[in-house]
Amino acid sequence: MTQRLARPPRLTLAATTDAPNIVEVRRISKSYGNQIEALRDVSLAFPRGRLTTLLGPSGCGKTTLLKIIAGLIPADAGDVYVNGRVVTGPGPERAFVFQDFALLPWANVLRNVAFGLELRGMAKDEREALAAKYIRDVGLAGFEKRYPHELSGGMKQRVGLARALAVNADVILMDEPFSAVDEQTRRKFQEDLLQLLAVERKTVIFVTHSIEEAAYLSDQIVLLTRRPGTVAKVLEPRIDRSHGPEAVRRDPAYLDAVEEIWAMLKQYLA
Amino acid sequence: MATSVAEAGTARPVRTRFANVLFWRLVSIALVLGAWEIAGRIPVSFAFPPFSATFAAFVGIILDGTLPAAYLTTLQPLATGLVVSAVFGVMFGVLMGLSRTAEWALAPVFIVMQAAPMAALIPLVTFVYGIGLTAKVLAVCLLAAPVIVLNTYKAVRTVSPSLLDMCRSFLGTPLQQVTKVILPAAGPVIFAGLRLGVAAGFIGIVLAELLITPTGIGDIITYSSSIADYPTMYATIASLIVFAGVTVSILQQVETRFVRPEKRA
Repeated sequence: MTQRLARPPRLTLAATTDAPNIVEVRRISKSYGNQIEALRDVSLAFPRGRLTTLLGPSGCGKTTLLKIIAGLIPADAGDVYVNGRVVTGPGPERAFVFQDFALLPWANVLRNVAFGLELRGMAKDEREALAAKYIRDVGLAGFEKRYPHELSGGMKQRVGLARALAVNADVILMDEPFSAVDEQTRRKFQEDLLQLLAVERKTVIFVTHSIEEAAYLSDQIVLLTRRPGTVAKVLEPRIDRSHGPEAVRRDPAYLDAVEEIWAMLKQYLA
Repeated sequence: MATSVAEAGTARPVRTRFANVLFWRLVSIALVLGAWEIAGRIPVSFAFPPFSATFAAFVGIILDGTLPAAYLTTLQPLATGLVVSAVFGVMFGVLMGLSRTAEWALAPVFIVMQAAPMAALIPLVTFVYGIGLTAKVLAVCLLAAPVIVLNTYKAVRTVSPSLLDMCRSFLGTPLQQVTKVILPAAGPVIFAGLRLGVAAGFIGIVLAELLITPTGIGDIITYSSSIADYPTMYATIASLIVFAGVTVSILQQVETRFVRPEKRA
């Protein structure tokens, strides 16, 4: 049984940091030039401590929405609230994981992971100790002195994830983080991500075009329509994750979610 | 034990390969010099001395101090011009890469300078700045600066937008964006531009010494050609080619050693 949620996006005012929704998107619209309308009147709420995926057909503006939440691009209309405050640019409570990893090719793994802390002016010893911890957490111990070109795609993205975790942001924004990674590596990474998040207690906003990935990872799935992107549906699959990552893929709730998303997205394919 | 065997196993092929490369390089140099010697002895032209005579002249002008003194004279405007071009060239290039206004104001100047045959302007430089050091330094700059500026500008412009986004999203200030992302990312291409600038600077100084007033290397070339001392002329020209080649390849070594640590084994 899939939980079918017809509830509209919540528009409650989140004035305190203890509000249930750490990130709220209110009536965001965005166009590129005069022709391309990427997002139209999108309102969403992202519950604290949960993983929400933004899923939709290609070109539906999901990455645009993520970058607006990150404060990397301005919206034409509407506001993003993080912890009740309007977003005007990037902030310390949000960290971004990039689709193309965005690692400094001239810096080794240790410096790349510590880079966010370096930009904040943290002393070298301190930031490298912190970075070393997160390098261990993402399973890259022993690779501290390696350069990005010596790593596989999956390992590069682990570096990107460690860098985002190291700055200790509440919200991690992930832009198709596994799209440049092969299928087997991706599965392993998804399992590791869930285990890591169980410990780290982060709120994650995750953009993907993979239905299975969305159903596997998410507490909440936002389905966007084709351009101009609007919210088609918000799903909350109640998947029992207590039996470990392997069991999830056999969970009926997981399979139902995959089926429901596919039924929804099918109509947008020409 | 196992590791030492493995190391020995990999070390030997590397060493033989290096010896192989060296062998073929020597062979190719010998072939060129041999062809030169034969062509000079036929002779293809009375103004084309064989390699042996050229080499003898080379030893002669080194021993009597002519060539070292000429190099000292030539290197002065060359080095000055290159330092000026490098410092201001990289500065202008970075500025043009970062600011649309600077790009609008400066880019056309340097693009025209790069496309135009600058040698034609050197007589003009003489009218304005006379025949002294200034004119020669300026000749070097005219040739070297455009390629340095344009490479730096392109390098800054082509820094990956996702690295810039990354820097911004992790709260990098605009200054940090320049010092910690743009300059290191542009470094290799900037350095390649400097290398090309040095090569262009050599052209500039030779043109200056041939067209403005014969001094240094240009003086030996002009004088020995006017008295038909072709071996000396060729020896000087060949020494200049070797000198420029060695300088540029040293810069290339420096580049792989320091500018792109990620390319190091």
